[in-house]
Amino acid sequence: MVPLSHYLIVSAALFAIGVAGVLVRRNAIIIFLSIEIMLNAVNLTFVAFSRFLDSLSGQIIVFFVMTVAAAEAAVGLAIIVSIYRNRESVDVDRVNLLKG
Amino acid sequence: MEQFFFFLFAAGAVISALLVISRRNVMHCALFLVLTFFFVAAIFVLLKAEFLAAVQVLVYAGAIMVLFTFVIFLVHIPRTEKIRQTFRQKNLALALGLLLGLEVAYILYGTMAAPASLPAAAPVGAVGNTESFGVALFTRFLFPFEVVSVLLLAAMIGAIVLAKKEIDR
Repeated sequence: MVPLSHYLIVSAALFAIGVAGVLVRRNAIIIFLSIEIMLNAVNLTFVAFSRFLDSLSGQIIVFFVMTVAAAEAAVGLAIIVSIYRNRESVDVDRVNLLKG
Repeated sequence: MEQFFFFLFAAGAVISALLVISRRNVMHCALFLVLTFFFVAAIFVLLKAEFLAAVQVLVYAGAIMVLFTFVIFLVHIPRTEKIRQTFRQKNLALALGLLLGLEVAYILYGTMAAPASLPAAAPVGAVGNTESFGVALFTRFLFPFEVVSVLLLAAMIGAIVLAKKEIDR
């Protein structure tokens, strides 16, 4: 029997890897991939709690998180495509027009 | 047995997630992310959430990653490989990420040690996970379901507007 804390630690590790990816990488597409890792880590937490608290609500909210992730990926990738069209690059360091 | 599979899938998920953020070629990163999704789906099965495991494979590893792959095709890959791999503050970022992971793990481990045992009768065992999931989704959660459909429509229109070329008049 695997205790709840094990699932939560895996989820925390995945989330931290996602955060590190967003902070470290400068390719916009890989930053998006890291965000997907973070969303998946949170989904894992929800499902683990849903199992251990004996409630389906956690699984329902994972369903909605997946929908929002799909919407986010569609809009975000459209933004990346239009940035690439303007700048010929997906390097986030070169997208600095808003830099004060 | 369950423990063995849990550790196998957990190690697989963490290792392939680490590969996602460390490979240079974007396409390799995307494929390792698909691997991560499969491992997380396997952990969902261990948690008796079979429907979500299927949705994870179909929607995440299928639909969303196909979207990513197409964008990677649109972007010139050799040019993205010339992007310097990391920010200058790489070490600081890694240290902060590690610290965050330890903090979250510590807090979760401390507070959630209490209900370590499973409830005797799993909620999904009797009627099947997909069926009880569907009943809950279309009764108690019907309104959020409709809201999410509007959100998807908005995202679809937004993506088309953002990505289409300007039309010359």
